[in-house]
Amino acid sequence: METTQPHIIPASAATTAPVITTRQLTKRYGALEVLRGIDLDAHEGEVISILGASGSGKSTFLRCLNLLEIPTSGSLTVLDENIRFRQQGNELRIADQKQVNRLRSQVGMVFQNFCLWSHKTVLQNVMEAPIHVQGRNRQEVRDEAQKALDRVGMLNRADYYPSQLSGGQQQRVAIARALVMQPRVLLFDEPTSALDPQLVGEVLKVMQDLAAEGRTMLIVTHEMAFARDVSSRIVFLEQGTVRAQGTPQALFQGGMDERFDQFVSHFMRKT
Amino acid sequence: MDWPFLARTAGELLTGVPLTLQLTGIALCAGFVLAASVAALAHNRLAPLRWLARLYVGLFQGTPLLVQIFIIYYGFGQIEYLRSSFLWPFLAQAYWCAIIALSLNTSAYGAEIIRGAIAAVPRNEIEAAQAMGMSGFLLRRRIIWPQALRYGLANYGNEAILLLKATSLASVITLMDVTGIAYRLVSKTYRSEEIFTISGMIYLSLTFVIVGCVHMLERWLLPRNRV
Ligand SMILES: Nc1ncnc2c1ncn2[C@@H]1O[C@H](COP(=O)(O)OP(=O)(O)OP(=O)(O)O)[C@@H](O)[C@H]1O
Ligand SMILES: [Mg+2]
Repeated sequence: METTQPHIIPASAATTAPVITTRQLTKRYGALEVLRGIDLDAHEGEVISILGASGSGKSTFLRCLNLLEIPTSGSLTVLDENIRFRQQGNELRIADQKQVNRLRSQVGMVFQNFCLWSHKTVLQNVMEAPIHVQGRNRQEVRDEAQKALDRVGMLNRADYYPSQLSGGQQQRVAIARALVMQPRVLLFDEPTSALDPQLVGEVLKVMQDLAAEGRTMLIVTHEMAFARDVSSRIVFLEQGTVRAQGTPQALFQGGMDERFDQFVSHFMRKT
Repeated sequence: MDWPFLARTAGELLTGVPLTLQLTGIALCAGFVLAASVAALAHNRLAPLRWLARLYVGLFQGTPLLVQIFIIYYGFGQIEYLRSSFLWPFLAQAYWCAIIALSLNTSAYGAEIIRGAIAAVPRNEIEAAQAMGMSGFLLRRRIIWPQALRYGLANYGNEAILLLKATSLASVITLMDVTGIAYRLVSKTYRSEEIFTISGMIYLSLTFVIVGCVHMLERWLLPRNRV
């Protein structure tokens, strides 16, 4: 029985300020309890990979962090602001949409399915939010958008529409679109899962560069090698709870958490 | 072929074109405003308002336009309250009754087109916008409406064509649009084949004009590359 207890190593890099803090975060869909009380501190500069089996609640958790899903209970602090909810029936609602919009504009999100706006060109996609959400100067935004596209290798496709790009190219544009907002933290929800195998590398490369820059990132992924080599911390979710967490070295050498080892060996067999 | 007769008939029928276009144009614009309001109700948080929107659409889609025109032109005149209201100067005139009936009727179909177009906007593209801090009017103006336009424009063009042809029913309450004039000429000359053939050709050409306008709008509003 001993071996089935969850193993938690307190995060070592707790010297920098927390960017996102959750306390006893839960999420329920009707009778289905998807998140069962998650405590997490994501500190400035950390690269946290969130791993877990399908259905363990990884996406739900990540989406709670920028309020695309509203938690059922618990508290959430983003960039030192406590998100204000109001109770309606037995559900929470966003109490202050302005607060949420302000925080969302500083928290970049990259989706599994890219989610570029299909009626806008690549450049328009990247320029949209800085101009219309942040109210920045168009000319300045254009320069920065071009820089962001250049760094993900997509500047030569600036006038294309999303439908004219490969999945990997679309995802790199989506990353540029997030970067140009100058976000304090980046959330990735399985950014390579919808890609053909030969396109995965180009996106991971961009993410690796971002990590090396010291950006704060939370990444839901099934790319084990990437999680092991790039992240500073692994958070392993199981059935809506943090089953184990720690440095990649500690977790991947095995023997720390039985369930995590099973999970990893299952993946290594599959790939 | 009696060419002089055909030419005279065409000339007379063409004098009805301005009225036909007026009915179409005004009903299209007024109908669109109504349609947008009804579509907004159909998305409202409050259930009774959503039911109201559905009732409205069902009512006007479920009854013949001809009946609607009769009720507005003949039926409303029976209501004492309306006869003394500020609406009476309008309701007493066939022209305005036709416009009201056509506007209401087309707005029910328009509301369905708008509702469908908004529903067709990909959920995840809206989410991406929300994730960047957009909400409310900004989200609608920048993301939802432009996308919905793309899904709805062709359908609304079809509705405009149906509306053009529906205006011919206004002739039953004495309006001298293309069809009204055709009826008058037929009752004078009894040469219905020639007269209705020419009026059909007039409607056909007007339809082509509308199709052309819609294509131009599409090219202007929707860049070719996107799909
Ligand atoms: N909107 C929803 N309504 C009802 N149930 C939901 C909803 N979204 C997610 N769920 C359920 O919550 C559970 C967790 O889903 P979630 O998407 O967070 O899993 P995940 O860990 O991201 O899985 P995957 O690796 O497959 O993406 C699943 O059982 C899912 O069916
Ligand atoms: Mg998921």
